[in-house]
Amino acid sequence: MDKLLKLLKANALESPQNLARMLGIPAGEIKRRIADYEKKGVIRGYQAIINEDRLDLDRVYAAIEIRITPEREGGFNRIASRISKFPEVEALFLMSGGYDLLAFVRGRTLKDVAFFVSEKLATIQGVISTSTHFRLKTYKENGVLMEEEKGDERLKITP
Amino acid sequence: MSGSRSPRDFIANHVLQIPRSGIRDFFDIVATRRDVISLGIGEPDFVTPWHIREASIFALDRGATSYTANLGLIELRQAIARYIRTRFGPHYDPETEILVTVGVSEALDLAVRAVVEPGDEVIYHEPSFVAYAPIVRLAHGVPVPVATSRVNGFRLSRRLLERAVTSRTKVLLLNFPTNPTGAVLTPEDASEIAAFARERNILVFTDEIYAELTYGAERVCIASLPGMKQRTVLLNGFSKSWAMTGFRIGFVCAPPPLIEAMMKIHQYTMMCAPILSQRAAIEAVNRGDADMERMRLEYERRRNFICAALNEMGLPCHRPQGAFYAFPRIAGLGLSSKEFALRLLDEENVACVPGSAFGESGEGYVRCAFAVEMDDLKEAMRRMSKFVGRLAKRRKKTRLAT
Repeated sequence: MDKLLKLLKANALESPQNLARMLGIPAGEIKRRIADYEKKGVIRGYQAIINEDRLDLDRVYAAIEIRITPEREGGFNRIASRISKFPEVEALFLMSGGYDLLAFVRGRTLKDVAFFVSEKLATIQGVISTSTHFRLKTYKENGVLMEEEKGDERLKITP
Repeated sequence: MSGSRSPRDFIANHVLQIPRSGIRDFFDIVATRRDVISLGIGEPDFVTPWHIREASIFALDRGATSYTANLGLIELRQAIARYIRTRFGPHYDPETEILVTVGVSEALDLAVRAVVEPGDEVIYHEPSFVAYAPIVRLAHGVPVPVATSRVNGFRLSRRLLERAVTSRTKVLLLNFPTNPTGAVLTPEDASEIAAFARERNILVFTDEIYAELTYGAERVCIASLPGMKQRTVLLNGFSKSWAMTGFRIGFVCAPPPLIEAMMKIHQYTMMCAPILSQRAAIEAVNRGDADMERMRLEYERRRNFICAALNEMGLPCHRPQGAFYAFPRIAGLGLSSKEFALRLLDEENVACVPGSAFGESGEGYVRCAFAVEMDDLKEAMRRMSKFVGRLAKRRKKTRLAT
């Protein structure tokens, strides 16, 4: 990944001026490259990383392991694409190992998610089995620690 | 002799003669203030990488609480030999040519004490790390600073050295990349300086604590040049490369007779470096390359940022090729470096170190460490820019009035 993308991944709000200073590239060039990445679909969007545990939300998250039967000519893609279209599904990956697909699902309540699994997911033709794990607490997300580490203990001035 | 002696009267004269560190004075002022963004810290802002800390915890868990061999754990010396060979070139024998010390500070003190006799002169380039002159004085030697200047990026040349050398010159002390200027030794400079040392028959101490923190500059180790290993004492450590300042662990590589001499002092004063730190150091050298590179890249990005920001606000700043300090020139604003630092602290709550703390030739500059999180660095530059803008405006006004 190029240096500009790395910096944006760490902080999408970084100003073109600061990016220019850090990379030694003119700000105009930075803007042009960002626009180019957006156009090419390399940058798919910009989001805030929110510690939802700090908010009083009615929301539960689950990771669901899904085993499916691959189809002739379609492989896993058709079923995966179908599953990924549900708004409840926040992320979906094809995995190696003991199951095929891993879905990260969001719901308002435990019941919501249970309903989604039993009524929507498990009933799809080709889905053999599912295994649902509910998330209890978030320690780190997108490379960001959710709890502050202790402050800087260094002396204020050292040689 | 009348009356009893006061505590002060007992103090050895050569210790009394050493002035209080300019950094300490300033530190006392900064310590009283809250919410200061400090660019005055000469150590990494990263915490030691977890696997290195864990190696120390594991050693403690297994009951590693004893002394080690005076020279240091053989496993560590072997790892250091490998590391120096692959990253810097020269070969050192772990049995006889490497000594593990309590930080590079101890290593330098040992080296100076092992060779300097009263009246011997030690040449070093300035602006420089604050400890060099005092360490030489404590060994009854004579520190001989050689001023370098911004015009050529604070590089050292044979021409400068020739002006300072005398029949009493015993040691040339190098520190590249340099604290506080970030200057590096180019291959041409290195061979020129090596020739000088050989022809004048003097010993070279090279403090390479920042050697891993360079930004695109070609790496050159003076000990690897022809005929230099036998007259070079290579000092290095883990503090800066792996963010391990608190572990207090460094090392020195030198010909066996010099290691033997240093070891004598080390064994009677320090015994050995702490075993837990040695265990952590083994992990750092053997499996720490990726961490080091990650931190180096981050420093490089900050270096680019701070240099651009300082130049934009009108403080001429050369691009440091190594270490993590920017050294902008502030002389154009009509304040001494101390006044500048005090007023910047007072008016904008940003701390930097007056250049005068690093020797006479540091006057007219301030040292801004960029071993600071990017967000703090940005805010510090914003405040500093406001401050410099005000100073420049005022100066323009008074100029017009007179």
